[in-house]
Amino acid sequence: MAEERLFRSASGVPITLRRRQHSASCRELAVRGPRLQLRSLSAATSAVWLAAYGLFALSENSMVLSAAIFITLIGLIIYLHFVKIDQESLLVIGSLGIQVTSSYASGKESTVFIEMGRVKDVVINEAIHMQKVIYYLCILLQDPEDPQGVSEVVPLFQSSKPRLDCLIEVYKSCQEILEQRKTAPQSN
Amino acid sequence: MVLKVFFPLCCSSADSGILIGRWISEQSSAVVLAVVHFPFIPVQVKQYLGEVQRVTKVSVSVLGSWSNSKQEKEESLSEFLEDLGTIFCHEPWIQISKEGDSKFWSCSTLQKHSKNPQEEEIILVYYDQRKVMLSHLHPPLDTAGQGAEDASKLSAIFDTVARSQVLFMTDRYDEGPVKLTHWQSDGVEASIIVELLKQASVPACMLLTFLLSLVSGICRSRVLKFWPLSFLWSKLSTCEQLGHRLQHLQVISSSKKAQNQNQLMRKANIFVSLLIDVALGILLMSWLYRKNRIGHLADTLIPVADHVAEELQDLLQWLMGAPAGLKMNRALDQVLGRFFLYHIHLWISYIHLLSPFIEMILWYVGLSACLGLTVALCILSDIIALLTFHIYCFYVYGARLYCLKIYGLSSLWRLFRGKKWNVLRQRVDSCSYDLDQLFIGTLLFTILLFLLPTTALYYLVFTLLRLLVVIVQGLIRLLVDLIDSLPLYSLILRLCRSYRLAAGVKFRVLEQQDGKPLRLLMQINPLSYGGVVQMYRLPTYSCYPRDSWASLCKKLFLGELIYPWKHKGDKQN
Repeated sequence: MAEERLFRSASGVPITLRRRQHSASCRELAVRGPRLQLRSLSAATSAVWLAAYGLFALSENSMVLSAAIFITLIGLIIYLHFVKIDQESLLVIGSLGIQVTSSYASGKESTVFIEMGRVKDVVINEAIHMQKVIYYLCILLQDPEDPQGVSEVVPLFQSSKPRLDCLIEVYKSCQEILEQRKTAPQSN
Repeated sequence: MVLKVFFPLCCSSADSGILIGRWISEQSSAVVLAVVHFPFIPVQVKQYLGEVQRVTKVSVSVLGSWSNSKQEKEESLSEFLEDLGTIFCHEPWIQISKEGDSKFWSCSTLQKHSKNPQEEEIILVYYDQRKVMLSHLHPPLDTAGQGAEDASKLSAIFDTVARSQVLFMTDRYDEGPVKLTHWQSDGVEASIIVELLKQASVPACMLLTFLLSLVSGICRSRVLKFWPLSFLWSKLSTCEQLGHRLQHLQVISSSKKAQNQNQLMRKANIFVSLLIDVALGILLMSWLYRKNRIGHLADTLIPVADHVAEELQDLLQWLMGAPAGLKMNRALDQVLGRFFLYHIHLWISYIHLLSPFIEMILWYVGLSACLGLTVALCILSDIIALLTFHIYCFYVYGARLYCLKIYGLSSLWRLFRGKKWNVLRQRVDSCSYDLDQLFIGTLLFTILLFLLPTTALYYLVFTLLRLLVVIVQGLIRLLVDLIDSLPLYSLILRLCRSYRLAAGVKFRVLEQQDGKPLRLLMQINPLSYGGVVQMYRLPTYSCYPRDSWASLCKKLFLGELIYPWKHKGDKQN
């Protein structure tokens, strides 16, 4: 069962939240940002090449042109493979753990799986960033020595930065599954 | 709690039988290791499992039944499988059945002694047995310090599969009482090359150990311990690097088997690093000796040394004049300038004395590049140090002079104010001086003060030159350390067999069907390259600067001699 809703990110860009329920204790929540626009790509490339032509006209050295082409290609590859995140998803499997995946524009996926035993809670935090107050969802990890303590905070959806309404939806879905683990041990 | 069944992918097409594996009750998970096929005698199966348990210390038991019916569901078989549950009593008894080629299996459990009869959810997690067995799970760095008491769930699973190696040693061609299906049941994997290398490594190690004992015996002999030689050995970085490599060779050639993963990787990294080093060194050597490049190098060495000396002479002439418009004390200027010029003259004469032998020396020294690229770089660093020895001497003279002056000035300044440094109490005390003491003291103070700019300028110039040489040597040392400490074998392993170095796992949700259990695929999440380097870095023998920036500046200001690189053998200050 899947559903999609449109939201806005903290900077006003439209994003979509897709929720899928695979089973009673397994949910996948994916936030997809806007794709790379042809407009901005051509604008950046033209700017770099105009600058290169300007330098060539000044210095009469053709190495400038080949260097510009090289830089554009390398820069594009680095941007697509390391910087531009298309989709960030959260897979919550009750009793196994939480998996956070970021998919880049080049197709690369970087995944982190956090076991349920290490997860203390999933909360929405507020932070002051420059002149704004932003909300972000994060996973609190348990400190093995201190049952009340938090050893690490793992922030989620760092690049798509959804607003509070989207975060509340994600938070509710996660908490439904996390609550199951509190009730489950008694039944065993 | 949700029941998790970890099922190996290789058993998906196995014939019907019973499942054996390990039941981890605290996590309510069943790790299936193999499928035992019909016909079997239950007593023999139990005996076999007992033996396996004894050898591997993993509590292997019969977990449930597996039925793979190619045609429609056979009713009699399912009853038979349920009856098996009474023979091998296991709580809960898991029944997995697959119909035809369907992807969606039905999975149910039989709980005889359950308190609540409600249906609990079952999650079916597929895993690649071969990859999980061969991989090594690296714990996240923050939990690496804690003990293995609360070992994570995943490490328990990896551990179970890795330690059950003896279970996977029987393949289907063996004539045994039990017929198993697991990842090696089609034939045990082995590699001829690996076996041959293992056989060849024993005599090779013994030979290497013998040679190394000879070499270290020579090194430790009394002949090389006389004072000038031992001082020389400790100052040359080539000898340190050779000693470091000797240690590495000793690690590799030791006959003790590696205890755990870390030691094995360390040995492999050292071996590959040495191999690549020697290969690059031989490449460099072949390039140098072709077209008589060594001869050219030797020919340019003397003119370069001459050129450096000439530049220094010009610099000194500039200092003896009016450098940067500053007015120097003429007499002191001339004395210092002539002193340093004479030094340069001596140095040039020595270099010219050596010039006929340079080519031969260089030729033989270049041969030692076959010991490795790092050794060649260290030799380069030492040659630079030897060629710029006069700069070092000038720096020491300038620093000592300046240091004396600063101490004299500070002591006389105290006298000027009527105070004295109390050595016993390590503090400044007031003191009454006689008139003649005060007079001479003030006179000396004035003289030293007005001579300060001249000395300070010489000190500044030579310190900058010395720092330049130190920076060049430092860069070469950094490069050598990089080659020494890079774990090449681990990086190549991460590139080619990324499942061997696991940072964790990742789950992929497969197609679902209502009513059937949740299907997940567990794949190995490999360690990042940065994580690999951090984890398996080889330790180096030195390189970090001894002083922080603040103390370095203080030493420079006071004129104390600076030795930027700390060696492991040096005692702490």
